[in-house]
Amino acid sequence: METIVSLKPVIALVVPGVTAILVMAFGKYPNYREACSIVGGIIAFVAVLLMSRIILDGSCYEYEIFRILPGISLKLRADSLGIIFGIICTLLWLVVSFYNIGYMRGLDEHAQTRYYTSFALTIFGAVGVAFAANVFTLYMFYEIITIVTYPLVAHHQDEEAYQGARKYLVYLVGTSKLFFLPAMVLTYILAGTLDFAPGDFAHGIFPPEADPVLVTITYVLYIAGIAKAAIMPFHNWLPSAMVAPTPVSALLHAVAVVKAGVFSISRIMLSVFGVETLTSLHLGIPTAYLASFTILLASVIALTKDDLKARLAYSTVSQLSYIIIGIAMLTPSSIAGGLIHIANHAFSKITLFLCAGTIFVLSGLRSIKQMNGLGRKLPVTFAAFFIASLSMVGIPGVCGFITKWYLVVGSIEASRLGLLVVLLASTLLNAAYFMPIVYKAFFEDEPEGQHTLTMNESSAYGLFMVIPLLSTALISVVIGIYPGFFMNIVKTIVMHAF
Amino acid sequence: MWLFFVFCSHTYCSRRLSENAFTVTGMDLLILNKLTYPILTVLIFMPVTGAISLLFIRNETVQRAWTFMVTLMTFAASIPLFSQFDSETARFQFAEYHPWIKTFNINYVLGVDGISMTLIMLTTFIMPLCVLCSWKYISARVREFMICLLFIEAACIGVFSSLDFVLFYIFWEAMLVPMFLLIAIWGGPRKAYASVKFFIYTLAGSVLLLVAIIALYLKTGTFFIPDLMRLRHLYGFDFQIWIFLAFFVAFAVKVPMFPFHTWLPAAHVEAPTAGSVVLASILLKMGAYGFLRFSLAITTDATIYLAPVMIVISLAGIIYGGYIALVQSDMKKLIAYSSVGHMGFATLGIFILSPNGITGAIMAMLAHGISTGALFLCIGIVYERTHSRLIKDNQGIAGLMPIYIFFFGVFCLASFAFPGTCGFVAEILIFFGIFAENKIAGAVAILGALLAATYILRLLQKICWGGIVIHHGNHNHDENDLKRKNLFTDLNPREIIYLLPLIIMVFWMGVSPGFILNAVNTTVQNLVAQINSAQITVTVFDRGPFLAEIFRNLFWS
Repeated sequence: METIVSLKPVIALVVPGVTAILVMAFGKYPNYREACSIVGGIIAFVAVLLMSRIILDGSCYEYEIFRILPGISLKLRADSLGIIFGIICTLLWLVVSFYNIGYMRGLDEHAQTRYYTSFALTIFGAVGVAFAANVFTLYMFYEIITIVTYPLVAHHQDEEAYQGARKYLVYLVGTSKLFFLPAMVLTYILAGTLDFAPGDFAHGIFPPEADPVLVTITYVLYIAGIAKAAIMPFHNWLPSAMVAPTPVSALLHAVAVVKAGVFSISRIMLSVFGVETLTSLHLGIPTAYLASFTILLASVIALTKDDLKARLAYSTVSQLSYIIIGIAMLTPSSIAGGLIHIANHAFSKITLFLCAGTIFVLSGLRSIKQMNGLGRKLPVTFAAFFIASLSMVGIPGVCGFITKWYLVVGSIEASRLGLLVVLLASTLLNAAYFMPIVYKAFFEDEPEGQHTLTMNESSAYGLFMVIPLLSTALISVVIGIYPGFFMNIVKTIVMHAF
Repeated sequence: MWLFFVFCSHTYCSRRLSENAFTVTGMDLLILNKLTYPILTVLIFMPVTGAISLLFIRNETVQRAWTFMVTLMTFAASIPLFSQFDSETARFQFAEYHPWIKTFNINYVLGVDGISMTLIMLTTFIMPLCVLCSWKYISARVREFMICLLFIEAACIGVFSSLDFVLFYIFWEAMLVPMFLLIAIWGGPRKAYASVKFFIYTLAGSVLLLVAIIALYLKTGTFFIPDLMRLRHLYGFDFQIWIFLAFFVAFAVKVPMFPFHTWLPAAHVEAPTAGSVVLASILLKMGAYGFLRFSLAITTDATIYLAPVMIVISLAGIIYGGYIALVQSDMKKLIAYSSVGHMGFATLGIFILSPNGITGAIMAMLAHGISTGALFLCIGIVYERTHSRLIKDNQGIAGLMPIYIFFFGVFCLASFAFPGTCGFVAEILIFFGIFAENKIAGAVAILGALLAATYILRLLQKICWGGIVIHHGNHNHDENDLKRKNLFTDLNPREIIYLLPLIIMVFWMGVSPGFILNAVNTTVQNLVAQINSAQITVTVFDRGPFLAEIFRNLFWS
């Protein structure tokens, strides 16, 4: 594997940061301000996309920005694992930047400059997590995400928002200080370095003579410490964070926060511990069972939720564990399935959230019960919702199917019948909590008082919202039929893991 | 007082002096000053001269400007200390040696190593900022205030650079008086209580320090600190334990370590902003410096023997400070208790007795000096506007003072060791040290780090948005809003100027601390080598004084 020293990952990181400053500077001119976000999104996306070509050939870019202590530095490396997350972050930031205009102006929200600034900073953190070359850099950007998303979650600044944001902060800061930090310290003590093994997902960084008990403890601390992945029992912040404006929920859930969590866990499992270490210490299967517990329980809870965003939140908790379970089964197919789900889930889930936001802005509704017949008034939105929920269920032709396929094959490879049953059962549960929404929206009669729309899908703000969600729905279909691009990247990862 | 002791022992020690005192000299441990001017003497006496010349200045603005100039010049003069510092050697550099009171072998010896150099730099760096922050805040008796500040600066530099124990003690005590006056004259409503408490606590501690100094003199016949380190083999284990305990009380009060900390919140709360900053950034460091310079290097065996106890006390301080800070409604008190916690980390690092721990402790001292000093400055800024230190009177100002919140937020992050800021480097080094030593102690320290994040984020949240509840659809501005708008004006250029250097240091030390780590590395390695070469001669029958035994068993067995 060839390593090229290059500023390119730094550029991808700096662009969102600079965007945040510009957004602040143009605070008084809303049109320029929003233009900054969009231009920033385009530049960042192109910068990441340009790197992917070399990475597909098996090389990686890296750049050390600062050396803090021996073995600890602020260092970026764009490799095959990071680039998946990098592409998703920047692309979806661009999409949501358009959507934001419709949503925020449609609702005439306050403090929009603060909102856009925090948004850009969140992407800054997420890109940093994606391209982190060592545990320290990962930890730093992970914490940055926590802090800068606080103003987003508490955006409404009413009692409910403060409560939710407080819970959000308590869970994320608490776990990262209590578990992630000591895990990092133990890693350094055991391995003498925090740098990920470049391009090697098999061996990890621990020397063979490291005490297996301590390595196991470190592993457990990492799993508990990265609460952004919302593995139960540390998932409760996620439903509380639903008080945020919907584009924030979309970004939080599909991209920046939770994905930063699962990505960090994947990164730790593959680049710090490595497949061989995890196999020899028998850590994979217990993790997989922990994840499957989360999958099933979260799906069941989702069934009981009437608030559309709450249902989507629990769906996220459940779907995230697909990624964990895939990697934890430690077979080539399952790892491929888990990693590609980072992309698949991102595009489908952001579509679902953007739909929920559009429904709220256009009709003012959040409760699923009241959405009977709404699909006929908002046909495009609900069509996109339908496509994305098919992907969540895992129907062929939409990207979620690719995940399911590889995960099922993986569970058979690992010869774990229990996990296979979990995957199939969760498919049923997914269908059970998504399909009724679509069915009711299209086929049930409207309630007595009829829905009154404040705006149409074809109004100016409506279009700002509908076009982004339609495009992400479209991407879900395209990468369901032609999964080649992400699959090639995932294959290079799997190749280096076995 | 010390004269009394010295006289009493005169006959005894003059007998001893003739025996062995001059057979050993630590002159080879000094590298005499090679600069064209005696830099350390200049650093000490420049503020003194500035203070004296203040007496001849009438105009208050000129007095302020003059003091600012003097502190700035002192900082400029201290720069060669850093730039010309030889980080390859552990010997004392820039040394000056002048005989003083020959009868008792007391000399005027100055010199710095990595540890004291960084602390002197911190002192000279903080002082101009203190003057700037008092510009408007102090309107009565400006001249006297500035004289106090300059004397404190001189005494602090003296403490950090003295290599003679008597000289050290003189500076140590000299610093007390101006600090006492600072609190007692320009302090808040309960200034009498706070200043007297501060004075009595510190003085009580330093009396024992004096006893230890004299005991060491009687044993060795010298006050020269490098010699006292070198003559360690003369001290029996019992003797070391007693000396250690005497040092401990003196330094623990100053740090302050857990049961001796109660003077600190009182002093911080009542002191004017500049007083709080000096107290937090510089004065507290003197205790930790004392541990590093004297306890570790002179009473090495006792240190090794009692280190577990010290670690337990430090951990208690970390948890206790954090816990109490959690419930404070007074911002200054909150930061004061956070200081107890942060300095707990510093002493924890020191008594891990490993290179990582000690380097981490030095970083923790510097980082605390920067971030806590900055937080006190920030609190001073809102205090000047509202004349209240309570959180509830200063909350919800994110919309009104965005620039202020930017600075305040960064300092808060630095205070709870956010990665990329100065606090993190310190904390992670100490964690590396403690986890390598004892995992359970490490877990407790982690809990302290969590507490630090909790109380600081709580404070930050309240200051930003506390008390603001937006009722949607209701955008009316009432009179109260207008009043608040007039009250909370954003930072003026002077305030930005004195916060800016601190924010630069926060990030510079956070992402590239090499410039400090290189400077202290050799000194720390040398110190650890000294400790490792010590052999504890504890047998079953000779296990140290009874008190120490109880002390140790109480905490650790």
